[in-house]
Amino acid sequence: MIEVNNISKSFHGRPILKDIRFTFETGKTNIIIGESGSGKTTLLKCMVGLNEIDQGQILYDGRSFFDLDFKGKKAIRKEIGMLFQGGALFDSKTVEENVVFPLSMFTDMSEDEKRDRANFCLQRVNLNNANKLFPSELSGGMKKRVAIARAIAVQPKYLFCDEPNSGLDPKTSIVIDNLIKEITQEYNITTIVITHDMNSVIEIGDNIMFIYKGEKWWEGNKHEILRTNNQEICDFVYATEFMKDLKEKFQ
Amino acid sequence: MRVFYHFGKYFLLIKRAFGKPEKFSVYVGRIFEEMNILGVGSLGIVAIISVFMGAVITIQSAFNFESPLIPLYAVGVAVRDSMILEFSPAIVSLILAGKVGSSIASEIGTMRVTEQIDALEIMGINSAGYLVLPKIIASILFNPILVIFSMFLGILGGYVFGLMSGVVTDYEYIYGITYEFRPYNVVYALVKAAVFAFIIASVPAYHGYYTSGGALEVGRSSTKGVVYSSVLILAFDLILTQLLLA
Repeated sequence: MIEVNNISKSFHGRPILKDIRFTFETGKTNIIIGESGSGKTTLLKCMVGLNEIDQGQILYDGRSFFDLDFKGKKAIRKEIGMLFQGGALFDSKTVEENVVFPLSMFTDMSEDEKRDRANFCLQRVNLNNANKLFPSELSGGMKKRVAIARAIAVQPKYLFCDEPNSGLDPKTSIVIDNLIKEITQEYNITTIVITHDMNSVIEIGDNIMFIYKGEKWWEGNKHEILRTNNQEICDFVYATEFMKDLKEKFQ
Repeated sequence: MRVFYHFGKYFLLIKRAFGKPEKFSVYVGRIFEEMNILGVGSLGIVAIISVFMGAVITIQSAFNFESPLIPLYAVGVAVRDSMILEFSPAIVSLILAGKVGSSIASEIGTMRVTEQIDALEIMGINSAGYLVLPKIIASILFNPILVIFSMFLGILGGYVFGLMSGVVTDYEYIYGITYEFRPYNVVYALVKAAVFAFIIASVPAYHGYYTSGGALEVGRSSTKGVVYSSVLILAFDLILTQLLLA
């Protein structure tokens, strides 16, 4: 479980996050949605410690991240898996080397054990016969799957996904969404997903937080978000004709 | 004031880079990898430049030593001392600052803008240590080898082109390059090579590491890395010469 307590963050005096408070539950897919520039990625970067916070607290199963020393932070980071928007795969390494990399850095596994673990993770994300390919030879969906395989290789307790289906076709998006959902339940981890994609929200969202202009505007689940009358959320959720039609049918 | 800001940030990065490695064996592997990329990969350019430098110094020296009062073996002395004292350590380092420096800055800069450095940090890896330290160590270990290689090829190039053009005889050149040879000059050259190697690896790494934006900024970081490291090499060339030879 990750608790975010009254987090604020500003850049050059301009407030980006204002007093955000939320609890991300274990074994559930927690989704953060909001317009572009609303502060979602900043919140995510603050949570993983890439950005310092101005005030507030982030608790990883009761451990206050920003109160820990360098070693303590490092220990928590080893429990984090992250899926970046662009995959952030290491260009100079093959798919297999990318997945093996965290195992080489943090475990004493033999070469065979590491290769077996990498193969297991790649098969788990339905990626076969791609071990020797370089990231430049992969499609967008394959890159995301390799990034997920790399993230789960060290069996993380927390999984962060920054727009996991941006740039993907609808079919591949659903595959990635389902994969995230399955992995969350299978390993009982705390998953946090940032997305703009309402399909993902409806498909996998257990807990949803809506951020508007740097503030937590609303929270609920996927059923509640379709029924809410909050104007800002309705403007976001029903921005497309498809969703407007769906709402009319739903009502 | 901006200069002090960059100095401070640079020294903090170097301090972080020299932090305790996560896994020693991985870092040793990375050092050999970098020695291959930065060092072995530069042998060709160093060889070409050194041979031509030696040849040009030979012909220019012979042209300038036309007076009958100056013995012809002075050409060999001039080639030897020019190569050992200045051309091999300084000019080769300036060439490497361009070749290796731009590659380091653009590699690390690209990793920054594509979030690969963030990925390392989130995994709990000291990204400065993992990316910068092996480059610095590989460069410090291999640059002196490149400089010795350059000295040898420069003197050899001078010999071959000197004989081919007929400006110096075989005996006079060999006599000249052994005449009053001071081994300390080689030590001085190797000290310079090691200091320049640190600059060549660390300054472009700093510019690459703190790149923000996209492809345009990566290009800018690469240019800055090369320019600043070249200027620092020239400045330290003067400082070290004053300290070690004066």
